[in-house]
Amino acid sequence: MTRLAKQLIKEWFGGLGRGSILCGEIGTSLVKARPVWRDIVYQMYFIGVKSQSVVIITGMFTGMVLCAQTYVQFHRVRMDSATLAIVSISMGSELGPVLTGLMVAGRVGAAIAAELGTMRVTEQIDALRTLATHPADYLVVPRFLAMFLAMPLLTVESVALGILAAYVLASFLLGIDQAAAWNEMVKHTDDIDILTGIIKTFVFGGVIAVVACYKGMTCPQGAEGVGHATTEAVVISSISILILNFFLTMLLNTILR
Amino acid sequence: MIEVRNVKKSFGSLRVLNGVTFSIEKGEAVTIIGRSGGGKSILLKVLIGLITPDAGEIHIDGENIAGMDERQLLKVRRKFGMLFQGAALFDSLTVEENIGFLLRREGQTPAPEIARRVAEVLELVGLAGIQKKMPGELSGGMRKRVGLARAVIYRPEILLYDEPTTGLDPIASDSIDQLISCVVETYHVTSVAVTHDMRSARRISRRILMLHEGRIYADQTPDEIFKSQDSIIHQFVNGIAEPIGKESFV
Repeated sequence: MTRLAKQLIKEWFGGLGRGSILCGEIGTSLVKARPVWRDIVYQMYFIGVKSQSVVIITGMFTGMVLCAQTYVQFHRVRMDSATLAIVSISMGSELGPVLTGLMVAGRVGAAIAAELGTMRVTEQIDALRTLATHPADYLVVPRFLAMFLAMPLLTVESVALGILAAYVLASFLLGIDQAAAWNEMVKHTDDIDILTGIIKTFVFGGVIAVVACYKGMTCPQGAEGVGHATTEAVVISSISILILNFFLTMLLNTILR
Repeated sequence: MIEVRNVKKSFGSLRVLNGVTFSIEKGEAVTIIGRSGGGKSILLKVLIGLITPDAGEIHIDGENIAGMDERQLLKVRRKFGMLFQGAALFDSLTVEENIGFLLRREGQTPAPEIARRVAEVLELVGLAGIQKKMPGELSGGMRKRVGLARAVIYRPEILLYDEPTTGLDPIASDSIDQLISCVVETYHVTSVAVTHDMRSARRISRRILMLHEGRIYADQTPDEIFKSQDSIIHQFVNGIAEPIGKESFV
């Protein structure tokens, strides 16, 4: 038992160390290497455009569920018109960034880990290194930058659609007064709520890219290794998003409010 | 010139290289032979800095690469070209993009010149006109030829081949051997191949190093190796397995 615990701790710290080295390599590459915009644009297309269905469905249905549940509670105390304000603040600062992050981690993080993992087991990453190309420059940085830029855009889209769907539901199905609901929403939603959410998305995007690239590039040999790396990439990014969300909320509330 | 001094490499408790020492002169064609799992491919990857040795020195043109970090190694690797066992072509790129990869990355060669050189090396490997194909559309032998074209296009000084004929039929193996000899003669490169295909080793090299139990056991010409009376060399060259007793099957 003690040996197993020691091994787990050793592996955890080892992984943390290697992950930090990868972050250092990304930093060096951003400073020294010439960015290839074609690769970054392709990755943005893969991350942004190909995630549309997932992001749209997540945003709209989360907004509508939140609206329906809030309405039930608020209707009892005759605060129907505040429903949309709750949806807007929750979606903007918490649910939008976190749920979009989780969905992107599942779709894009898994794809990146599987792609790089396959490249590793078929020696394509070694081939890249023999062609005088650093894997961080060619494989990691375009994905990192694309994720860093695409995540805020996807989140804003998800939040906007969530609020819109909630507005439609509130107005046409729940019978809430449209003008009052909109007015309450605008009045109670701070810029800081939206800013908090957007800052979080940059962090989540960076975390998903680093974890997925790291897991792919260090994946064990064989098909099982690729599967293992893919699962770990999704699990670690998702857990990191949930934990980081708490600390970021506390930190940003202290700094911004 | 390549000079390897007392290189050691272990994976966990398994010592794969146990004090390997040899040198290869400029323009030489050398093959490293040895049993499967004996560390030949590891040695090749140590030579190009893909694997860091636990101890020892590797001098490439007088420069010790053993202590270099990845970014320093990138400059040294420009001198190398490598053909991988499975060719290791980039799946998402066409044949043309694979072969012209380094030239495009460096950004110093105009696109028409890259296209011309890609066509030239494809002709050299006997695959003219397949620029737009994807690696998934190629057979094993074709993939190796494209891998070879990718390795020679930027005129490296040293070419490394990891099991160049493994998995190919005898005719395809023969054509790869001919190509390797042709490339050595055309570009006057130093050639280091790793194989356990003795027929291929005899054809493509002027000198054979035998790796046995983590050390260089023999360093001789192909003729000397084939005529050797040493029991270990004789057993390997002639493919004689240890006798298996009937009780092993019970």
